[in-house]
Amino acid sequence: MSTVAEKRGFLAVLWDYLTTVDHKKIAILYLVSGGFFFLVGGIEAMLIRIQLAIPDNDFVSAGLYNELLTMHGTTMIFLAAMPLLFAFMNAVVPLQIGARDVAFPFLNSLGFWLFFFGGIFLNLSWFLGGAPDAGWTSYASLSLASPGHGIDFYVLGLQISGAGTLIAGINFLVTIINMRAPGMTYMRMPLFTWSTFVASALILFAFPPLTVGLFLMLFDRMFGANFFDVTMGGNTIIWEHLFWIFGHPEVYILILPAFGIFSDIISTFSKKRLFGYAAMVFATVLIGFLGFMVWAHHMFTTGLGPTANAIFAVATMAIAVPTGVKIFNWLLTMWGGSIRFTTPMLYAVAFIPSFVAGGVTGVMLASAAADYQYHDSYFVVAHFHYVIIGGVVLGLLAGTHFYWPKMFGTMLNETLGKITFWLFLIGFHGTFFIQHFLGLMGMPRRIWKFLPNQGLDLFNMISTVGAFFMALAVIVLLYNVVITQIKNVRVGNDPWGDGRTLEWAIPSPPPYYNFKQLPLVRGLDPLWIEKMEGRKEMTPAEPLGDIHMPNNSFIPFVMSLGLFIAAFGAMYQVDWRASDGADYVWSIPVLIIGMLITIGSMAVRSLKDDHGYHIHKEELMDDHDDKGGRE
Amino acid sequence: MDMNQKYTARTWPESPEKTTLEGKNKFLGFWLFLGGETVLFASLFATYLALKDKVPGNDHALAADMFELPLVFIMTMLLLTSSLTSVYAMYHMKNHNYQKMQTWLLITVFLGLAFLGFEIYEFNHYVHEFHHTFTSSAFGSAFYTLVGFHGAHVVVGLGWFTLLLVRNGKRGLNLYNAPKFFTASLYWHFIDVVWVFIFTVVYLMGMVG
Amino acid sequence: MKEGFNKAMKNGLKKWRFLPLFAAMAFILSGCGEPFLSTLQPAGEVAQKQFNLMMLSVAIMVLVIIVVAIVYVIAITKFRRSKLGDDFIPKQVEGSHRLEVIWTVIPIILLLILAVPTVALTFELGDQSGMEAEDEEGNREALVIDVRANLYWWEFAYPDQGVVTAQDLVVPTDQNVYFNVIASDVKHSFWIPAVGGKIDTNVDNMNTFYLNFDGEKAEEANNLFYGKCAELCGPSHALMDFKVQTMSQEDFDGWIAAMQESAESEQDFENDTVADGFAVFEEQGCIGCHAVDPTQQIGSSAGPNLTNFGERSYTAGILDNEDSDEVHAENIQNWIRNADVLKPGNTMGGYNEDDLSDEDLDALTEYLMSLKVYSE
Repeated sequence: MSTVAEKRGFLAVLWDYLTTVDHKKIAILYLVSGGFFFLVGGIEAMLIRIQLAIPDNDFVSAGLYNELLTMHGTTMIFLAAMPLLFAFMNAVVPLQIGARDVAFPFLNSLGFWLFFFGGIFLNLSWFLGGAPDAGWTSYASLSLASPGHGIDFYVLGLQISGAGTLIAGINFLVTIINMRAPGMTYMRMPLFTWSTFVASALILFAFPPLTVGLFLMLFDRMFGANFFDVTMGGNTIIWEHLFWIFGHPEVYILILPAFGIFSDIISTFSKKRLFGYAAMVFATVLIGFLGFMVWAHHMFTTGLGPTANAIFAVATMAIAVPTGVKIFNWLLTMWGGSIRFTTPMLYAVAFIPSFVAGGVTGVMLASAAADYQYHDSYFVVAHFHYVIIGGVVLGLLAGTHFYWPKMFGTMLNETLGKITFWLFLIGFHGTFFIQHFLGLMGMPRRIWKFLPNQGLDLFNMISTVGAFFMALAVIVLLYNVVITQIKNVRVGNDPWGDGRTLEWAIPSPPPYYNFKQLPLVRGLDPLWIEKMEGRKEMTPAEPLGDIHMPNNSFIPFVMSLGLFIAAFGAMYQVDWRASDGADYVWSIPVLIIGMLITIGSMAVRSLKDDHGYHIHKEELMDDHDDKGGRE
Repeated sequence: MDMNQKYTARTWPESPEKTTLEGKNKFLGFWLFLGGETVLFASLFATYLALKDKVPGNDHALAADMFELPLVFIMTMLLLTSSLTSVYAMYHMKNHNYQKMQTWLLITVFLGLAFLGFEIYEFNHYVHEFHHTFTSSAFGSAFYTLVGFHGAHVVVGLGWFTLLLVRNGKRGLNLYNAPKFFTASLYWHFIDVVWVFIFTVVYLMGMVG
Repeated sequence: MKEGFNKAMKNGLKKWRFLPLFAAMAFILSGCGEPFLSTLQPAGEVAQKQFNLMMLSVAIMVLVIIVVAIVYVIAITKFRRSKLGDDFIPKQVEGSHRLEVIWTVIPIILLLILAVPTVALTFELGDQSGMEAEDEEGNREALVIDVRANLYWWEFAYPDQGVVTAQDLVVPTDQNVYFNVIASDVKHSFWIPAVGGKIDTNVDNMNTFYLNFDGEKAEEANNLFYGKCAELCGPSHALMDFKVQTMSQEDFDGWIAAMQESAESEQDFENDTVADGFAVFEEQGCIGCHAVDPTQQIGSSAGPNLTNFGERSYTAGILDNEDSDEVHAENIQNWIRNADVLKPGNTMGGYNEDDLSDEDLDALTEYLMSLKVYSE
């Protein structure tokens, strides 16, 4: 296992990635598939904006439009933003805490494949009778009324990928608690690690309500249950609660890691330690905690009554306080620093005002009585795109440029990076700023077309033009990625020159065992401390010794594939029952076979001992840094 | 550390489930997983409470009409006892006594099976006596989903114990499988705790009306 | 560094004197959108109060933005490495307790300034007790309207008056009008942006709220407000519009009386075409879904009640009838022929020439346009 074949064919590489349990390779898998879904979601967004460019447009049909808006939201949240964040978490967090791997390498791989198959399953709906069309929130009355299998794809796809997310969350929690290097105390962890930790805790407690909600929907749609059928005593508001008890923390699951990325970038390129580190950590934890207390602000118009609305309004406003603390700490980190405007830093600098704009509209929305006007209008669309794009996507783009050298050992072109940045920033504000006003001018969200003579024409056109700028930016980024990989100029440990944390103390990309010797951490920003004392590398905390490594495994792939197959069975047994067994007789067998594949591979995993292997001291001594990692 | 190293009762560490890093990770990870499971059951409980006795028309059986204390009391006792026997099993695991651990785990499994048997009888009873089915009303859906999720957990727990016993029957305890036995028993305790809540919220509160 | 920051803070606080600017901002914003649709041109007490709360929050938020912007601009201009040189090693400041306290406490105060009126208005708008108020004779004082949302159309009933109508909501101005809202099929949301915030029409339960239509502002909007469905409800969610006709209490009483009367009066047709049209209406089974009886029970028919169809401002809520009778007739015919295209997924479907000949369509149109109760 530890010996590397020199020349390997495509199939060997493919097999390697299908079976890998190395967090750095899983990071690349997340990056590539998350990036793919990001493009898919982006194309859906462009179709939406083209449809809304002019009044009474018939570019796409009404039904297709609803499928597009549903899949755009679902894809971007579940299949693009989260996996891309997982990519950076996987690539960076173990390095930042000085670990050789994550706590559960096998589960790490399983988490990825579950997400991947769930995402593929969801998107296959486009080719198998139509995508889900009840919005990413999939409110129960509409999703039960939705004909065809669209909603079934949504329910089953999210159930599978959600299981993967839950696994990933537990994995990161245990990794951060148990696997830190000597001296890496909690209060010395970089902010990205901290925010990953808090986001993982949110995943652990937020995803089960979604799982339950999806199960109820699945039972209602596929097995005749009556949770949401009012005529049978059901209640659709249950879905709204379950969805938002998940859905609101989900926003913080996305934004906190982005905060972490920005914290590290701002500190790095200001050449200054993060201002108010302890307050930043506390604010992160507090935001995570409060995130669970505010879900009903998505339901102000549902009719919960003024008392509930008032309580949730005030609770929601409270979140602005720790968020504000963060904003000012970032500003004060730059203050008195030495700012270098690299591409990642440009994103970070642009993020601050963009996110402030998204934050203040958040406070406006929290004001329940006024929210009766904003709710489900384009004002909300503008708000959450300011938060998600202005926060999360800018964070992902910043992270892409920042961590690319660490993941791939070569730098993205800075000039092209800056072009991408400006196009994207202009496009983003152009698209969404104007939408605040569209909402206030009476345009509801999720509308397939708007009719003329309502004063909405001009602003919609401006918004569409902005979207094209963003699309252009993404194309430039893709071009950048391609030429960078073709040129393939190798870089050293600390390509930005300003690295402060452990990941910049080891080669880019790191060898597959990460650290030959675990580093001794002597404070916050450990590499910076060593640099200031004139050293280039970390002081090792242990003598050179054998390193224990996990074996690769194909089981996670098979296990996820089983669920993927079973999902088809579960879905089409509805038709089989409806058609009196005439067609779709294969559905129940497929369901059973799929489940057997999954349960069987679980049993194999349980029965077969897997002790991993050791890299011996002698091999490590022979191993030159530049050779490692690309195994 | 060699995972297959042979231990005797004397060399066996005090907390074998947490001696290796893998064990420690598994131990913590499983506790966290149970935290997530708790939220999962909390959501199911909330759903059940919202839909309790929500039936179309008035010819449907309600909670107070159906539930009978003796049956669920026996089930509760079975499960509580099985939790206790799994504690004995873990006691012997910590003393590196595979034989006794095996015996107690087998007793646990049989008690679990008995519980399942009663549960199947119970469901069958409701369906045939009261026409209270999964599809007959929102109440039915919520009841069978909550109690059924628990039942499914019992099945998984039994399967897990059985698999572990079969796999390790010949080689006994080592630091590789000790954490596995330990997490399985944690899982079993969790199932037990959930049942206590089901007993209270569904049955006792249901009988009160 | 701290000095600079304090200075920035002071500058920021001085911005309070720009309060008049916020008034100006409100003025500019109110130029946004159309008076019949825009929340920025509030045409009723509820919308006005929500607008005021909106402006308060905007003012506070602009203040925050200004403070952030000042610190931000100074930070990114003054501390550039290109100016400071590569060798400059910044002081590694840990943080500042005093600053942390400042930027925790000040936002809390700002939020309290917003939270108090928010809570107050939330309770005020949530108070439906006016609905129960009765005069000496035990009659309800306030006007109550039942709203029923259906896949892509709206039904409005006046329970105390025993009248039902659809698509065009008719209301008196300058008084609280109470609404009981519910949905028949899937969840919708009832929203008249210019007059006040929305409330969801759930399938599970009845929601209640009130609005107040301002007489003067209504005139600016030609006594016709646009209503929208604000909750995704299917393919034609975007087209699930309704209209609100506002009138004085006097006119409203007249309208109610006319509606009640039309239920009692014998049907008499102006001419033969109209009579033929009615025959078509019956033969084609239109009447199966569309009642022309204003006393019909709400929620009892599959399509909108047509009692005063000839007086509705828009056909099907989306085709403008205001221009002329010709346009009106065209709209009706267009709708009957292409209902499935104009509102995809609606239950009526289109009637082509095979279903309904051109002649019959003309007669039917004539009949439908004759369905007037209140206009002379």
